[in-house]
Amino acid sequence: MALKLPIYFDHNATTPVDRRVFEAMTPYLTEHFGNAASRNHPFGWKAEAAVEHARRQIADLLGAMPKDIVLTSGATESDNLAIKGVAEMYRDKGNHIITCVSEHKAVLDPCKRLGEAGFDVTWLTPDEFGRVTPEQVAGAITDRTILISIMAANNEVGTINPIAAIGRIARDRGVFFHTDATQAAGKIPINVEEMCIDLLSMSAHKIYGPKGVGALYVRRRNPRVRLRCQMDGGGHERGMRSGTLNVPGIVGLGEACRIAGAEMSDETARLTVLRDRLHEGISASLEFVTLNGHPAERLAGTLNLSFAYVEGEALMMKMKDIAVSSGSACTSASLEPSYVLRSMGVSDELAHSSIRFSLGRGTTIEEVDYAIAQVTKAVTELRELSPLYELAMEKNDSAAAT
Amino acid sequence: MAYSDKVMDHFSNPRNVGSLDKNSSNVGTGIVGAPECGDVMKLQIEVDDDGQIVDAKFKTFGCGSAIAASSLATEWLKGKDLDHATELKNTEIASELSLPPVKIHCSVLAEDAIKAAIQDWKRKNGK
Repeated sequence: MALKLPIYFDHNATTPVDRRVFEAMTPYLTEHFGNAASRNHPFGWKAEAAVEHARRQIADLLGAMPKDIVLTSGATESDNLAIKGVAEMYRDKGNHIITCVSEHKAVLDPCKRLGEAGFDVTWLTPDEFGRVTPEQVAGAITDRTILISIMAANNEVGTINPIAAIGRIARDRGVFFHTDATQAAGKIPINVEEMCIDLLSMSAHKIYGPKGVGALYVRRRNPRVRLRCQMDGGGHERGMRSGTLNVPGIVGLGEACRIAGAEMSDETARLTVLRDRLHEGISASLEFVTLNGHPAERLAGTLNLSFAYVEGEALMMKMKDIAVSSGSACTSASLEPSYVLRSMGVSDELAHSSIRFSLGRGTTIEEVDYAIAQVTKAVTELRELSPLYELAMEKNDSAAAT
Repeated sequence: MAYSDKVMDHFSNPRNVGSLDKNSSNVGTGIVGAPECGDVMKLQIEVDDDGQIVDAKFKTFGCGSAIAASSLATEWLKGKDLDHATELKNTEIASELSLPPVKIHCSVLAEDAIKAAIQDWKRKNGK
């Protein structure tokens, strides 16, 4: 099969809409255009039925009840609603929140804002693999703690957190547990009951659904979580999120969840083989390559590598037929490299040299083999240009000579 | 972010990559930047008895704009006398490469590397 270029290895950023998802959505853009809140005619009924069907598909992926699902515009909104919603609702009970410095900005920034508003935030530091331990969380809980927010899997390095153990601790101590599962939902098994999850954020576009739609799981019993809504209006979504429902988007999210759940075990096995082939192929042909993230407890499609002596953005420019992302600072205005890698103790130099490959449903073995060759060529060329590589080789030679 | 054609050209076909003998008295070496900041430039010049730059080489660890800026700098330095070389400004490099604001520091680094190389040559030659 002929290779189609450029190759997309950035599925943690976003994914294409699955053809099946697209086909499920289209009737709700044109023919079935009704407002799901229109209670008095068949146009509304049709839309409402589609939304409720999707709500069940989403709930099924998470082991939840359909009524626990609040539909949103995406994971950023879900994170904001969960964190600010709990903080504002339970302020009388306490003002302490626990999170981790390697969370996505959609969690960090709401927590920072609450910090400015008088809340006390504990920022845990992950271990060298990017993991938060249940012991760390347990040690940070006080009698003023109202919320723990720890992501299920990290977007940059793919490390999976022990969320079941963290959830257990939170439940035992009577603290709500929110997890940002944007990268994890649909990729690893999640069950809100078994994992004692009280709030869970997810997004459609990371799992082959459309952009601009997501969900927040909000536990309704044992214990019930109440949220102060962040969007005032018509009282949609049990009063937690006003705004006319994005019916085609929601139908897409539902179908995306159904497919992800049905294909999860096969797809995880397939992606693990491809990801490890990419890793081993690169490591076999290049020296000074290090893995960022947990060697085993990691999303099947995620491979974050540092290529010493080569800067990440330059590497991405060289590999122009491969779409990846980098923890290099040069892609941002701040000039600071990835805060996630730094929080794991990766040196700034190696953080600047990092590349994230994220494989997905469309990834083929041919693409992986092509990428191995491209990466090898690009890194080799850039090392020829690198004064740091030259210096390291000189040191090597003089060490060998003595 | 899209790169300018000139950045792409210098990045894809960098001029004057390599190293001169740093122990030679005719060679001035400038190494600027820091690995933890994501940019290190090594720029070398070879100067003849008349104070003319007869050769220039570079090696750069950094983004595409940093590589392009140092490549362009070596191109401009060759054939210049030291007085004129000293006058090269980062703004000229930035404007030639159409660097966006976030990449201006790459041209600053190139100017620093030129100055450091000239300084090194002067130190070696007691000037």
